[in-house]
Amino acid sequence: MIRLSIQARQALAKLTLPVLIAASFGLMLLGKADALLADRARMVLADALAPIYLLLAEPLGGLHQSVAAVSGLWELRAENARLREENERLLRWQSVALALDAENQRLKANLRWIPDPAPSYVTARVVADAGGLYAKAVLLAAGPNHGIHKGEIALDERGLVGRVTEIGARTARVLLLTDLNSRIPVILETSRAHAILVGTNGARPRLLYWPEGSAPQEGERVVTSAEAAAFPANLPVGSVHVSATNVPEVVPAAMLDRLEVVRIFDYGMGGVATPEAPLRLPERRGR
Amino acid sequence: MARPEQAPGIRPRISLGRRLDIAARCAFPAGCTVMLMLLTQIPFGIADQAALLFAITLPCVYVWSLARPTALPPPVMFLIGLLFDLLGYLPLGVGPLTLLTVHGLSLRWRPMLLAKGFLSGWLAFCGFALGAALLAWALIAALLFQPLPVGPALFEALLSVALYPAFAILFLRAYGTIADPERA
Repeated sequence: MIRLSIQARQALAKLTLPVLIAASFGLMLLGKADALLADRARMVLADALAPIYLLLAEPLGGLHQSVAAVSGLWELRAENARLREENERLLRWQSVALALDAENQRLKANLRWIPDPAPSYVTARVVADAGGLYAKAVLLAAGPNHGIHKGEIALDERGLVGRVTEIGARTARVLLLTDLNSRIPVILETSRAHAILVGTNGARPRLLYWPEGSAPQEGERVVTSAEAAAFPANLPVGSVHVSATNVPEVVPAAMLDRLEVVRIFDYGMGGVATPEAPLRLPERRGR
Repeated sequence: MARPEQAPGIRPRISLGRRLDIAARCAFPAGCTVMLMLLTQIPFGIADQAALLFAITLPCVYVWSLARPTALPPPVMFLIGLLFDLLGYLPLGVGPLTLLTVHGLSLRWRPMLLAKGFLSGWLAFCGFALGAALLAWALIAALLFQPLPVGPALFEALLSVALYPAFAILFLRAYGTIADPERA
């Protein structure tokens, strides 16, 4: 170790803070110059932490369940009545749906309709919140050799969640449709008008660029559009809600604030690609 | 009280166990801060959980900067800031700059802040939290080159002010007991 005089050491100690503050500015420039540096560092960190989070997910899930069980006991009667009523309504809908499905099949058979290929999917557990104050994303623990690719589509049991943006060795990051940078081509179901769903960082993304004369109606269902070949058509996204300031927003069908398990679908979409790291060989998509 | 190592005289070599003990006690503040930061990333299913990272890191940094400035020296603070950026998905450099600024200012005003009681420390922390949240907000907006809502920044400042007493009491207890290298 180099022996320094007390004065020199004191001077050095005084210098550390300004030098490190300057280094922070340097880091900002570096982050701006090489945007992928931060992404790569994040995925390395996420890969390292994923086993710990996965370990914690078990007891946490148990805790969630027991809390839900206790609060469920509280309103058991009301919940039961509501479910019975809902079940009756859904049963009526089921018969309608079955009849429509049969009719649809018959019409498609008459039209020699080419069926959509059945997509392959993997299911993964959400282990960590991979977002920040100004980013909405979740981290999936997918295990090694997960076979998930960038740009694949995440759905929960109710609807669209988002798209895979980053892949680690055993993790994947899914950008939620509420993120500031999320843009999704959608169709308003009753008017069949196209629009773009724009994330606002809030709970409800906003609808933009619908054609004149077909403004989104309150309660209207919103589904994905196959335009630009980024999404398959007709995945449920949510329903329109016109806010107090008269801005049409979408209430997502997926439970984005309490995601536990999501399915990642590979529709083989080659449209608008998520940005790819340069100098990286294209991944083989053979499966 | 002078440290035993600095007092003149002949004394036995420090045993390995004791050295480990001292190291553990010295590492307590940084270790505790990092552990708490990692815990905020687990999906608890709380609304606006992203604000928790800032709301937990800032009291840790502030309390240890005041209680024992050597506990979190600037290089360690820089690394904690970097972890803050990576976990919070912020542009690189925002965390280090914000935390080092808080560290530097709290060190400069330390005599004044320590002379007053707990309540004034809390009041001063309100200013620090607001300043740090707004600084981070401005830096992120500038680096992402897009206007960002200021609401979340104010919320995380408010949340950190609300969480401050819990951390202050816990860490001040630890300061005199398990995190004190002289008790090793």
